[in-house]
Amino acid sequence: MRLSERWLRTYVDPAADSGQLVHQLTMAGLEVDSAVRAAPAFSGVVVAEVEAIAPHPQADRLKVCQVGIGAAQPLQIVCGAPNVAVGMRAPLAVEGARLPGGMAIGRSKLRGVESQGMLCSAKELGLEDSASGLLPLPVDAPVGQDFREYLDLDDQILEVDLTPNRADCLSVEGIAREVAVLFGQAVPDPVPPSVVVVGSDVFPVAVTAPEACPRYLGRIIRNIRGGAVTPLWMKERLRRCGVRSLDPVVDVTNYVLLELGQPLHAFDLARLKGGIEVRFARAGDRLTLLNDQTVEPDPDTLVIADRERPLALAGIMGGRDSAVTAETRDLFVECAFFAPTAISGRARRYGLATESSHRFERGVDPELQLRAIERCTQLIVELVGGEPGPVFDVSEPGSLPVRDEIVLRADRVEKVLGLAIDEDLVESILRRLSMQVSSLSGGWRVRPPSFRFDITREIDLIEEVGRVYGYDRIPQRAPMLPAAMQPATEHRLDADRFRDALVDRGYQEAITYSFVEPTLLQRLEPDVPSLAVKNPISAEMAVMRTTLWAGLLDAALKNQARQESRVRLFEVGTKFINAPEGLRQPNVLAGLAMGPRRPEQWSEAAGEIDFFDIKGDIEAMFVLSGRAKELSFVTAEHPALHPGQTAAILIAGQRAGCLGMLHPALQKSLGFGQNVFLFELELAESLGRRVPRFTPLSKFPRVRRDLAVVVDEAITSADVVACVRVAGEDLIRHVVLFDVYQGTGIAAGKKSIAFGLILQADDETLTDARVDQVVGLVMERLTTELAAELRT
Amino acid sequence: MHPSLDDLYLQARQSLESAESLGTLEQIRVQYLGKKGLLTERLKGLGQATDAERRDLGRQLNEIRDRLQSDLENAREALEQRELAARLRSERIDVSLPGRGSETGGLHPVTLTMRRISRLFRSVGFEIHEGPEVEDDYHNFEALNIPAHHPARAMHDTFYFDAHTLLRTHTSPVQIRVMESNQPPLRVIAPGRVYRCDSDLTHTPMFHQVEGFWVDEQTSFADLKGILYEFLSLFFERQIAIRFRPSYFPFTEPSAEVDIGCVMCDGAGCRVCGESGWLEVMGCGMIHPRVFDFVGIDHERYTGFAFGLGVERLAMLRYGINDLRLFFENDLRFLRQFPPF
Repeated sequence: MRLSERWLRTYVDPAADSGQLVHQLTMAGLEVDSAVRAAPAFSGVVVAEVEAIAPHPQADRLKVCQVGIGAAQPLQIVCGAPNVAVGMRAPLAVEGARLPGGMAIGRSKLRGVESQGMLCSAKELGLEDSASGLLPLPVDAPVGQDFREYLDLDDQILEVDLTPNRADCLSVEGIAREVAVLFGQAVPDPVPPSVVVVGSDVFPVAVTAPEACPRYLGRIIRNIRGGAVTPLWMKERLRRCGVRSLDPVVDVTNYVLLELGQPLHAFDLARLKGGIEVRFARAGDRLTLLNDQTVEPDPDTLVIADRERPLALAGIMGGRDSAVTAETRDLFVECAFFAPTAISGRARRYGLATESSHRFERGVDPELQLRAIERCTQLIVELVGGEPGPVFDVSEPGSLPVRDEIVLRADRVEKVLGLAIDEDLVESILRRLSMQVSSLSGGWRVRPPSFRFDITREIDLIEEVGRVYGYDRIPQRAPMLPAAMQPATEHRLDADRFRDALVDRGYQEAITYSFVEPTLLQRLEPDVPSLAVKNPISAEMAVMRTTLWAGLLDAALKNQARQESRVRLFEVGTKFINAPEGLRQPNVLAGLAMGPRRPEQWSEAAGEIDFFDIKGDIEAMFVLSGRAKELSFVTAEHPALHPGQTAAILIAGQRAGCLGMLHPALQKSLGFGQNVFLFELELAESLGRRVPRFTPLSKFPRVRRDLAVVVDEAITSADVVACVRVAGEDLIRHVVLFDVYQGTGIAAGKKSIAFGLILQADDETLTDARVDQVVGLVMERLTTELAAELRT
Repeated sequence: MHPSLDDLYLQARQSLESAESLGTLEQIRVQYLGKKGLLTERLKGLGQATDAERRDLGRQLNEIRDRLQSDLENAREALEQRELAARLRSERIDVSLPGRGSETGGLHPVTLTMRRISRLFRSVGFEIHEGPEVEDDYHNFEALNIPAHHPARAMHDTFYFDAHTLLRTHTSPVQIRVMESNQPPLRVIAPGRVYRCDSDLTHTPMFHQVEGFWVDEQTSFADLKGILYEFLSLFFERQIAIRFRPSYFPFTEPSAEVDIGCVMCDGAGCRVCGESGWLEVMGCGMIHPRVFDFVGIDHERYTGFAFGLGVERLAMLRYGINDLRLFFENDLRFLRQFPPF
């Protein structure tokens, strides 16, 4: 809601300057977003009257005017405006004046004729964006008066950001009521408008949807004057409230909307056929609105229709065909109360947002209609004349909102706010808020005013009391806590611990969008069902990710474009699998690595990253959870990964994720200049932790024996180690894999695996004979199980 | 004829002085003092001398031997010193060369901020809960007292999947989910991603919030003020001005916006605070009784407060980040500026 401070102060004028007023409103929940001057700074402009006009001797388009400003001698002003005329009053910038933008006015010569100032347009004074001539002032404008003073331009325009519950403040009168409450002043009584009814002209009105429109007031005004203009004072008030002046009748309806908060609509009576019907839209209804948009309203949309066609979207916008024009002579003025539920959401559906729908959706005072139509009539008659007929009222009182009495308990106020407020003060606050209050033991019975749609229960009253009392006066208290300890579990790691581990290993944490580009996702995981956003913000963000790789790959590409060759990224977040049995939203940790193994360094080769670098990063995380021994990696497949370099990550045999190299075909088509490695882990499966169990330390020395065996190349190192461990009884403490070799000296299709056995007993020093025996057993088992041969 | 003892000694000294290594020194020692050394031989030869000669010659020989031994020792020490000095000279390095080892990464500033927020609230007994990002209409709106067509829905530009499924527009549905399955006392914070269909200089379609709430028999607005004042002071690690301004949220009443004195200009007015001296940082209020009705908590017995804050906003103020869009561009030059703590 935008309004003029001066207009507001005609209702209630507290002894507070603008800054204090703004502060009080803001601290009462009516946040003032901005307070700007009603007109830019200028000075030396006065109201002047053009007394005589003579042609300019040198220029056809200029005129030499004698202009009076109340002094003995008129001033000579050269003027080129097309509308300058004898007897006209207009603003004049006199010698020494400064106009907006800093332009200084002095005595000057225009094509050889002296000019002692400048007659101004609205644009030159910063009041309008464009103008086609001088700003004409009314004939009663006092000649010689300072123009700023005359138009009250040292006003401020306040932009109040109202919350949706405060529809009662969507008017100057409503905000004035609030100001009165805050400054402890009396709420001004509205002045009843005076209308002299002429005749008994009525127009048939039928309301077939009384729940949606419990009150419909209409009036005919005949024989209005054509060619009238809206007076400057009204134009100025409208302008300062952000409304453009259009036509005197429309201006009046807008003015009353701003003044009282009641939307009204004026129809051209001559365009209405037969009578008014307020009904829900029917199939086939079609309507071109004032903004030239054509709509076919849905059956839950209320329309104002005549006998033939819909005329307006009720409470939202009027139609073009029945609108008031310069030719209109007879008016039909509508002033209704539409139920908020009948209006809310409808405007938005048709892409509309109007001053009217904004108010009806939130709730217009159901008792305001008569006063508003009278006020509107009074102003129309003032501006354009006409003969108002009687108001006809089609109301369904049973469907009008009622304000029930609410019980407010004093101890409840204290319980919620944490502060006991003096009971007299509570009562006084409620009364100032126009509530009817009666005392009860321990509280009050309260009936809110008709315009407060937001007050229906006790908590609403408590809020009002707290708000008017002042949140800043409620103390800050440190709440008491029971001395209950928080658990510090060792059975589960926090995802943060994994984050820290990766950070320590050189990864940067990324946060990428949860919605991604569908074709990229399709290329990464063509078989995983995804979830599409119905109203995406762009095509690049149209589908929920089924893997975090989509975002990470995109981020890596962008960094590659910024000439970053070494990239280590990870992200923790949710992915969305639209499985037939229901949507799954697991939390995952995913990573991406590309570029040299180490940052470039002066003494050491950087080395090319490979699968085992990433595997090492994953293993490091499971060392933290004490589950490194339960971790295994088995050959797997993933459409986005290199078929020979993909592994499933298993924890105690359960799949927890996978890792691998980005498929070279994808690498190329996505535009990566080097190998890219990816991993993803489901956190629910990965964060479980084993609490360490101590094993006694052996007092006896360790013995190491190295072995190299040749096996078929399909046999994995994990097969070999598992076999060794089984054969090694309890004496083999570690198996250290130190070489894997294929090539000269090894038959094709075979490979050599070399490993060290670390043997140790708990109860004795191992003899050579015992060690030889164990190594023999190991070799024997390798031979029988894996057809291994000792490499010689 | 043997050379005189003096000559022998001089000869040995000369050798010592020209020796360049410990090995040469050892050869000299063997040559004169070894089992068959020149001096040793002379000492052995004393047996044939007369008593008087023996006493005199013996004394001289012992004296020379002692001198030579001590000279040898000195020469060894000098040589060792020289060798050490040479080694030290040859091992000089340029200590300004970069150290070895891979670089340390960093946490996203959103994570850093959420981590600090979580730690502060955990320290007074708040538990951390999470909820689904793809939510249903009931938890995101209905149960938070935002029925269909409520004007507040217009303020949440929502991404939909179908009529009832959407991306949560705030973390408040976690409040509903926790209260549905737990009875008070409850102290919970819920950090997470939220989504709104809005994208410009100051809005991204995805951002992060932290929701918090405390429900108990004696929880009041005064407690809310106390907790949030403490939180904001500790978060910014300085004394800050703070004000509670009445506002409106359908799921709290009374509701407030929390403003802090601008941390950029100390309240004097600057571009960041729009010259007002105040920054809006959080929304909060007392949980609406209707919300308690939806989750089956007795609203007569219990009261509670709830608050929600925008993580990016706090991160921007804390770290002086001036462009919201940087948060999701994942530019390494940006990410590297936030070492973990």
